[in-house]
Amino acid sequence: MSAQRRAAALLALLAAALLALPLVANAYLLSVATLILFFAFSGQAWNVMMGFAGQLSLGHSLYVGLGAYAAAGLFFHFGIGPWAGIWLAIAVCVAAGAAIGFLAFRFGISGVYFALLTIAFAEFTRIGFDHIGWLGGPGGLFIKVEQRQAADLLNLRGPPVMFYYVMLALAAGAFALCAWLLRSRAGYYWQAIRENEEAAQALGINTFRWKMLAVVISAAMTSFSGVFFAFYYNNLFPETIFHISRSIEIILGPIIGGIGTLFGPILGAAVLTILADSITDLLAAVGLEFPGVKQVFYGVVLLLVVMFLPHGIWPALARRLGLDRKS
Amino acid sequence: MAVDLVVNVALAGVLTGLVYGLMALGLSVIFGVVRVVNFAHGEMMTVAMYTAVGLFTAFKLDPFLSVIPVAAAFFVLGYLLQTGLINPFITRPEHSQFMLLVAIAIIVVNGLLMAFGPDARNVQVDYQLESWAAGPILFDKARVYAAGVAILASGALFAFFRYTRTGKAIRACADNYLGAKVVGLDVKHYYALTFGLGSACVAVAGCMLILLVDVTPSLGPSYTLLAFVIVIVGGLGSMGGALLGGVLIGLSEAMAGLFIQPSAKSMFSFALLILVLLFRPQGLMGRRP
Amino acid sequence: MERSTGMNRRKFNTALATTGALAALSPFGIVRAQGAKLKVGVLLPRSGYLGFIGQSCQKGADLAPGVIKTLLGVDIELMNADTESNIDTARTRAERLIQEGAHVLVGAFDSGQSTAIAQVAEQRGVPYVVNIAAAPQITEQGYKFVFRNFPTAPDLVRNGLNNIGALFQATNVVPRSAVFMYVNDTFGLAMSKGINAFLPRLTNLPFKITESVPYDPAAKDLTVEVSKAKAANADFLLLVCRLQDSIILRREMVKQRWNPMGVISPGSPGMYEEQFAKVLGKYAEYCISNAPWYNPKTNMTKIVDAAFKKQNPGEKFVFHATNVAYTYESILIAADAYKRARSTDARALADAIRQTNITDRVALGGPIKFNAKGQVEGNLSACVQNLGGTPKVVLPADAAEAKPVFPWPGYKA
Repeated sequence: MSAQRRAAALLALLAAALLALPLVANAYLLSVATLILFFAFSGQAWNVMMGFAGQLSLGHSLYVGLGAYAAAGLFFHFGIGPWAGIWLAIAVCVAAGAAIGFLAFRFGISGVYFALLTIAFAEFTRIGFDHIGWLGGPGGLFIKVEQRQAADLLNLRGPPVMFYYVMLALAAGAFALCAWLLRSRAGYYWQAIRENEEAAQALGINTFRWKMLAVVISAAMTSFSGVFFAFYYNNLFPETIFHISRSIEIILGPIIGGIGTLFGPILGAAVLTILADSITDLLAAVGLEFPGVKQVFYGVVLLLVVMFLPHGIWPALARRLGLDRKS
Repeated sequence: MAVDLVVNVALAGVLTGLVYGLMALGLSVIFGVVRVVNFAHGEMMTVAMYTAVGLFTAFKLDPFLSVIPVAAAFFVLGYLLQTGLINPFITRPEHSQFMLLVAIAIIVVNGLLMAFGPDARNVQVDYQLESWAAGPILFDKARVYAAGVAILASGALFAFFRYTRTGKAIRACADNYLGAKVVGLDVKHYYALTFGLGSACVAVAGCMLILLVDVTPSLGPSYTLLAFVIVIVGGLGSMGGALLGGVLIGLSEAMAGLFIQPSAKSMFSFALLILVLLFRPQGLMGRRP
Repeated sequence: MERSTGMNRRKFNTALATTGALAALSPFGIVRAQGAKLKVGVLLPRSGYLGFIGQSCQKGADLAPGVIKTLLGVDIELMNADTESNIDTARTRAERLIQEGAHVLVGAFDSGQSTAIAQVAEQRGVPYVVNIAAAPQITEQGYKFVFRNFPTAPDLVRNGLNNIGALFQATNVVPRSAVFMYVNDTFGLAMSKGINAFLPRLTNLPFKITESVPYDPAAKDLTVEVSKAKAANADFLLLVCRLQDSIILRREMVKQRWNPMGVISPGSPGMYEEQFAKVLGKYAEYCISNAPWYNPKTNMTKIVDAAFKKQNPGEKFVFHATNVAYTYESILIAADAYKRARSTDARALADAIRQTNITDRVALGGPIKFNAKGQVEGNLSACVQNLGGTPKVVLPADAAEAKPVFPWPGYKA
């Protein structure tokens, strides 16, 4: 079987498994799976900016938060549902991403400086939202949980399943979009920019335009994460949703899984979420339940992966599975 | 608004800024030379603070005196950290460096949590709550002492880099990696030396900061961010720049807090960072990267 | 439950499917144990930025089974889970506890995390008793399975301000002005809104707020804020804070030689905590806080105090008053309901909880009775003052351990 055929077969198997999951999984597994898909999607969105265009963003929580507040604000104050609210969310995030991108690329900021710029914007917004009373301020924005009352409590096809499928659709959509982008002209230009920006410019590629495109697409995709978050948890606090730890959470998956690859973010999200849970279970079984032990283990695993698998898990895994393509 | 209020606030802003500058000094040295994005900077300082607390609890050692053993210990630690763990990452992309140090930071923070628990620790020395008065103007003793150390430390570092052979060698490695190698400098050794120096600075800052702030395991990240802001504003690799950046941040936050809204004062630091990144990315006293 | 290492995608999928199949074969959801033990799932933030508070609450949970066994004859099995101060973890852990057979959930201190857990509990039909969380929205959703035994933020504001009025009456002092400093978080904001709303209407509170100084909870340096507040030249400081900033503030007050009549918190953590007293020594004395607290005069408080001492030698109950009292009570409510319902069936438990009427309790306030929204009304704040190194209840008079001192000694008009 050729590598392509094998890849397609595995992909189909994965898709089938994910579609069928709610039929066999209990509520807990479903919630974990939803979480994995959430981070897979967010990681995929971030990957567009980093893996494809080579711009390290450490402030992606900005777009999650903006998207969340845009949709939640509309719903809370005007009763406008998420399917309409998403458009405002996308618009706001695109504007923010464009602003950051424009400022950065116009002034030639890249690398670490760009990363710090993104952090600065996220922090600035976090403190700013703490002062916006109309959106709840530090007291938080709570969306009335109306769907719950209509839910059939004992039926597996209740709201959590709906959220699972929504997230699955989003993740699948992101995957398809990224696959298409990689193969399009944008993908090739991004690769050129990533490898050597000056050479790309010398070849006549308008690097400014293509980098902006990556930033804007990434921001727009991440806005979906925000909207989902708002309606899944039904409460938003600036201090947590714009926090730098959320930005770091988003990027862990793609970095561990493999930057710039299609499966990296998904694999990374799955590995990390399951790892975190497994460590908790393991420690509970052994009786080592001190606060902090789990995170130390987690940190050690991260350290080992970064040291010994610098390109992430997926490339090595793909080779093993014989899915290697000359990309 | 009363004049003495403004003067007091401005003075406090400057003093606090100098302490911030001291805190950022180590990062400036490391970042400026080795070009490693040390996202575990705040965590290193937290460990230094815990060490100072430990020495105080065990031997009643005033943090001013603990500075010497702690700085020495951290120098060695930094050297080993660089040679052992970080060296292979210098040529790696930023996100790899970032991940490495984030992983280290996670381990350190939670290790501290396991070792010391979540309670805040501190030292209690006599002069901690005292102040000198010059009419209506008050000088916080602890801050003045710490600011003094900040100026001394940066002066010493500046002299080191300017006038000693090792210092010049390190600057050469920073300015031109390839050239330095060609000339026969042991770049790896100098990088490690720099990391050690930077770590020693962080240790000094920690010993001074424990006089002003209580230490908890999760204290690090906010200081890391602050240190980066200061280093960027002040200029990479510049000792004076770190202090100047610190003073600028301290003063602007104080003034913003006084005239606008104290709860939003941090926004001004980030606004300042954004402006500097856009219009003068080498910082106020740095050279063009 | 089986776990894969995720290193191989195919293995992962197979494992997941197998696990799911196995889980599907076991009885769905709640294990209906007839008799024997009540399984209480305890969700608290024992690590992360709320770790300190979560661990304090955990002490209340840990001593509960022993005390409840003696008092009610009910067997309780605790299933502890760490929410890690994180909303994602809170939600999955709640699902996990229910999966593993928890009959009741309690927790989780933080309003955001509690809201997430409440949704899970309501969706799965498992009773959830919130131990500590002040956001009013939690009991405004029309839930049938979510209960809260803790004052909401508006309650806290009202109780605090009433106490302050009573304090001035008890000490016969009438300050005319106050400077209001508050941390810009949920508590601070609620207090600020509440003060603007309630203060003009409360005739026993004759003072005016001359200046409001909000500050950033993450600030490590509060020089500017204290300078501003000092310059307002008010009679006393009305403060809403958290632990770390309360210490920084008090220190700064000493450094800047600011000596008002006193420092009073209408309702927030900070000044009554152990760290505050340990670090500030004599400067912690006479600071007044209003907070939900235990009633030192009730029978159950004395029993819980003894159990606390036994389990935590060297620590003082008074420094964990709120956390332990309310966490213990959340489990007490579950046990009491179980005793009356005589079944671990979720519906029965929830109905029993709705009928709760506990008069012998630890926390200060009326009986534990839930209104139609699942909220206990009548929980009060105690006025506690740091006297002799520990916080002592000074108001209300019938629960008082000492007399209030206001203004503090050394105050010169």
